[in-house]
Amino acid sequence: MTANTATQLSRRTFLSGSALVVAFSLSSRAFGQLAGGGEGSAGPAVVAPHLPGSLKSSPMLDSWIRIDADGKVTVFTGKVELGQGIRTALIQVAAEELDVPPTAIHLITADTVLTPDEGLTAGSHSMQDSGSAIRNAAANVRMLLVREAARTWNVEPAGIDTDGMGNLTGPEGRTLGYGPAASSLSLHVEAAADAPLRDPARYRTMGASLRRVDIPGKLTGEPAYLQDMRLPGMLHARMLRGPSFGTRFQSSDIAAISALPGVVKVVRQGNFLAVVAEREWTAITALRKFQDAPFVRTASPLPSGDVAATLKGLPSRDIGILDTRNATAPAASTVNARYSRPWLNHGSIGPSCAMAHFQDGAITVWTHSQGTFDVRRVVAELVGLPPEKVHAIHVEGSGCYGQNGADDVAADAALIAWDMPGRPIRLQWTREEEFGWEPLGPGMLTELEASLDTDKRIVTWKHEVWSNPHNNRPVGAGGVIAGGEVAKPFPVPEGKPIPMPEGDGSRNSNPLYDLPNMQVTYHFLKDMPLRVSALRSLGAHLNVFSIECMFDELARAGGVDPLELRLAHMKDERAREVMTTMAGRFGWQSRARGDGVRGCGMGFARYKNLGAYCAVAMEVEIDRETGRVRVRRAVAAVDSGQAVNPDGIRNQIEGGIIQSLSWTSREEMTFSPDRRTSFDWSAYPILRFEDMPDTIEVHVLDRPGLPFLGTAEAAQGPTAAAFANAVADATGLRLRDMPLSPERIKAALGAI
Amino acid sequence: MKRRAVLAALSAAAAAGVLGSLVFLAIAWQTEIPAMAPPKLADFDAATIHRGAALVAIGDCVVCHTAERGPAFAGGRALETPFGTLYATNITPDQRTGIGNWSAAAFRRAMRDGVSRDGEHLYPALPYEHFTRVTDADLDAIYAFLMTRGPVLQKTPENRLIPPLGFRPLLAGWKLLFLHEDPVLPVTGQSDEWNRGRYLVEGFGHCGGCHTPRNIAGGEERGKPFAGGIAEGWDAPPLNAANRTAHPWTVDAVYRYLRTGMDAEHGIANGPMGPVAHGLSGAPDDDVRSIAVYVASLLERDGPKAGSLPPVDREVEATREHPEGAALFAGACATCHGPGAPMMAQGRPSLSFVSALQADHPRNAVQAVVNGLPAAQAGRTALMPPFGDSLTSSQIGQITAYLRSRYSERQPWTALEDSVEEALNAKEQP
Amino acid sequence: MTIILNVNGAERRIDAEPATPLLYALRNDLGLNGAKYGCGLGQCGACTVQLDGKAVFSCLLPVAALEGRRITTVEGLGTLDKPGVLQQAFETEQAAQCGYCIAGMIMRAQALLDRNPSPTETDIRAHMQPNLCRCGTHMRILRAVRRAADMMSGKLAILESGQ
Ligand code: FES
Ligand code: FES
Repeated sequence: MTANTATQLSRRTFLSGSALVVAFSLSSRAFGQLAGGGEGSAGPAVVAPHLPGSLKSSPMLDSWIRIDADGKVTVFTGKVELGQGIRTALIQVAAEELDVPPTAIHLITADTVLTPDEGLTAGSHSMQDSGSAIRNAAANVRMLLVREAARTWNVEPAGIDTDGMGNLTGPEGRTLGYGPAASSLSLHVEAAADAPLRDPARYRTMGASLRRVDIPGKLTGEPAYLQDMRLPGMLHARMLRGPSFGTRFQSSDIAAISALPGVVKVVRQGNFLAVVAEREWTAITALRKFQDAPFVRTASPLPSGDVAATLKGLPSRDIGILDTRNATAPAASTVNARYSRPWLNHGSIGPSCAMAHFQDGAITVWTHSQGTFDVRRVVAELVGLPPEKVHAIHVEGSGCYGQNGADDVAADAALIAWDMPGRPIRLQWTREEEFGWEPLGPGMLTELEASLDTDKRIVTWKHEVWSNPHNNRPVGAGGVIAGGEVAKPFPVPEGKPIPMPEGDGSRNSNPLYDLPNMQVTYHFLKDMPLRVSALRSLGAHLNVFSIECMFDELARAGGVDPLELRLAHMKDERAREVMTTMAGRFGWQSRARGDGVRGCGMGFARYKNLGAYCAVAMEVEIDRETGRVRVRRAVAAVDSGQAVNPDGIRNQIEGGIIQSLSWTSREEMTFSPDRRTSFDWSAYPILRFEDMPDTIEVHVLDRPGLPFLGTAEAAQGPTAAAFANAVADATGLRLRDMPLSPERIKAALGAI
Repeated sequence: MKRRAVLAALSAAAAAGVLGSLVFLAIAWQTEIPAMAPPKLADFDAATIHRGAALVAIGDCVVCHTAERGPAFAGGRALETPFGTLYATNITPDQRTGIGNWSAAAFRRAMRDGVSRDGEHLYPALPYEHFTRVTDADLDAIYAFLMTRGPVLQKTPENRLIPPLGFRPLLAGWKLLFLHEDPVLPVTGQSDEWNRGRYLVEGFGHCGGCHTPRNIAGGEERGKPFAGGIAEGWDAPPLNAANRTAHPWTVDAVYRYLRTGMDAEHGIANGPMGPVAHGLSGAPDDDVRSIAVYVASLLERDGPKAGSLPPVDREVEATREHPEGAALFAGACATCHGPGAPMMAQGRPSLSFVSALQADHPRNAVQAVVNGLPAAQAGRTALMPPFGDSLTSSQIGQITAYLRSRYSERQPWTALEDSVEEALNAKEQP
Repeated sequence: MTIILNVNGAERRIDAEPATPLLYALRNDLGLNGAKYGCGLGQCGACTVQLDGKAVFSCLLPVAALEGRRITTVEGLGTLDKPGVLQQAFETEQAAQCGYCIAGMIMRAQALLDRNPSPTETDIRAHMQPNLCRCGTHMRILRAVRRAADMMSGKLAILESGQ
């Protein structure tokens, strides 16, 4: 029996309600494959390549949907809520294709015992992976229910419909509830690829801006986050670590800390140190006492040069992304430019937190990691338990935007719990710890060269990008901090590039535009001078910034309108429509032209050239004396395929625009050779209310019935470019190094 | 009480002038200087504009002449004075609401004599008493810089002054008493840097505007240059040997403080000094260094010149003396300022080095606790939350007394309660 | 030490070290989830509650300082079944992404509306400045605060209960 069928059997056992604890072995599963999220975690093996989304790896219907005899519907997803509204969107998808009201659906998100393994919740893949799987599974289930009613009534399936309320309706007014129909039916069957989907013209739920199911509780103080969990007998822990990754405190008096009243234990495993106390405040006081000591650096010094010098000083593996040769007219003008982005922090408002409980030889870990199944693998390896003895459950945390400290803190909590059987351990990282230890979004560099012929056609296009890997997601104990601290440390796995079309540092380095003579090279730098991993949109932030700034630089050189130049080189009809929609809503033709103070700019990309299309334009006003930029208005258009919840899409794009504005105009991790010096919100300022645009408008294109396209990261690159292009339009100055901060703008403007 | 005395003094000055002096009439009666077409960028050479920019950064015109969240130099910022509310004027080259039709001569007269182009007297919130010491060439550079900014159409609100001070000719009396023309001549035997620093400090930098005490009519006290003053409810500490800090001020320390707003051995520029340091962060480096050389010479005191002192930490005694303050500190302050706080490992000043806790008067320490350090609108800077809304006046008093006791070896403050009340009251009336 | 706190109109007795910041007392002793740990440094506003009507950071507020003072958390503004005005407005505007910052946002906004029922856009932005949101929900938060102000002034209807 393969491991995969074991999983399915176990699930059936669970679903039939006869067994609560389910054991299944993952030992033969293929580790290290690219899975959902496309960000390099260990993922489930593909067993049914012909099926859509995550049905490829979990093809059985009862992995996804269960219907009780009383008609209650439970839907399972391996994806998790990160604040992107996925819970609501997946409920809508299931409700639509099952044809039941959304309120009838109970959704269970990633849990290593209950749900399918869908890899990471990342890369804007949730709707593509899980949404498509649930949509088709639900369509299959509805098809089976219809057939079952046909059998019962002895009529043709064609004469049977569903009423949207969980009933099947047949000739002569016959009706049958889903519950009774399902009870004589096994859903433990493989999905068919061609189950009929509901007609978009008859949609009841999909395409409507259903209010998010998780919001009311979050507004009223209901327990909504992992941070809010309280288990009986729970103890509070804090990690005892140096000020940032690669440091350690010297000579702290551990005995004195252990002896503090209320401290239950100082857990020590090699260099792994944590304090556990009955009360949270005691743990915090103990931590402060511990930190009152000098620290030493245990790793090589942090780089002291700028991004370009640092990255160019690292050995590179050159990966060809594109190499096209075409006959063209000769180049008439050529533009060369170098763009860069510094290291960035995720900056989740709630620092990472985890809960772990070791009892009866098994560990349960509650985690807000994006990779619930990865947490199980990591913890199992770290403490030396078989994976089936580790149960990882996702509970929502603060928004995370990539790999922040969530995986590390889950491993930390598990290791502490492992040392203290019987007591649930709640471990909260501090704000300073999150700044100091989380993996950063990598600093990056690009160099572009492009030329126009005399007809304003682009005739050459060269793009080189230097980057560390963005996909250092832990799939084993070596990927988390604790793995390097225990007495027998686990080797840190070598970073690997994510191949195109997803890409990591190379993501979106291949322009969607129709250009001749394209040469795109990824200088992959495996040695990481700072701890880095995935940050929302990965390399797309700088690659799209570079491409879209270069279009404006060319437009300026050639004296063409930036939108015209883009449209002249874009064949993809949906891309064109997104740009023209944005331009129409923005009033691009009649926009204010750069006059030294005001200016407008745009940016466009299709995320990964696979996900949502997004175009952003903005109008800025510059205070030349302070360098401050006020965004007067931002207008975006987005095509996400079939929009399940248009307001959810708008919310994601608005958020993406604001976050990208913050990255692009303000943010930069600072460090000295011995530590990271951005350690709190004063040393790492992000945009606040007074920096917000006056208005943001998002227009969602209607694409009924088309496949879902990931949206959550689509705005990051276009926003960054639109901002830089608007600043350039306003001032005539081209700033190419992020952050385009007030100080830099003021310095660039000078006095004249 | 105070206000009435001020009025009396001013009226008396004016009356004395009216009755007794032709000089007064000569000052009071000023003619309008004709409007001119605004100059163009090409009318100035680049070097002059750059020099103007540097001076404007040092004089920090933008602070007073910019309303909160308003366009730079367009005026509208309210200045509360004992005599009422004054509004800073629009000094962008807008023709209708700014200084667009001012000639260089009109500008020079305004800066030196405090008379606007149309002949109206300007209130001495514009520190013309310092600008008399600025050279013609520098005033012209400042003019060149301002006239090449973007014009902003923004009308300055009417001043709201207690009568009769709205009657501007009275200002002539004030000028008669307090406006003196005395150019800053180089002192032989001092370095060029020192002389340059002195010129900037006494002249366009107008440091004395805050750091020299003011008399009852709002004029700087002639006999006590840099003896310390009060600005917007904050102490502007003396810039002389009376300045009590844990570490002596060195040129480097003053330079760091002015340039970055922070020196690890003296603390962080807060209150009205915050924007000054922010302005200087963009001024030419050698000018800031010159200022530091001169200011450090003023601050020079006997005793060791440099060297890091160990921080004072009288935790046990302070806790005994102020047990409530100690508990409040542990919950409200220690997470940033206590031993082991990550902020301390990042080079932020130890509380025992913070000048406000060593000062003779508790005003600045109280202000910092009540108002914190605001989240700057841009840039990377220290950030401290205000406690004025969360702690009661007595609790703020206890914390501050505890801080003084724990982190300094100086006498307890006596004026503490009054300072707390003053700061809280000022906070209540925005 | 035993300390009596007045939270959401009720006297609550807790046993805690006097220096313990209110945030931990609310969460761990009183089981209230609204105030969140975001930084513990008074820099982000996730922990904002109202103290005698003013918005304050509960992470830097020792419980010893609070006897006799009135503490309101987001739980005190309304419930799932009977949400308060701001809660209704945030729900209508769908003003949350991860939502971690939102309880703090609501408490800060409440302090503004208590003092100034019809704030201008500039007032709202300036008042909300101490609170951070990383998801970029700011525009919706601003809309929700405006909506709440309009509801309070009668321009928009207030619901009697959740629906
Ligand atoms: S948690 Fe209190 S302000 Fe951040
Ligand atoms: S909604 Fe996530 S931090 Fe504000």
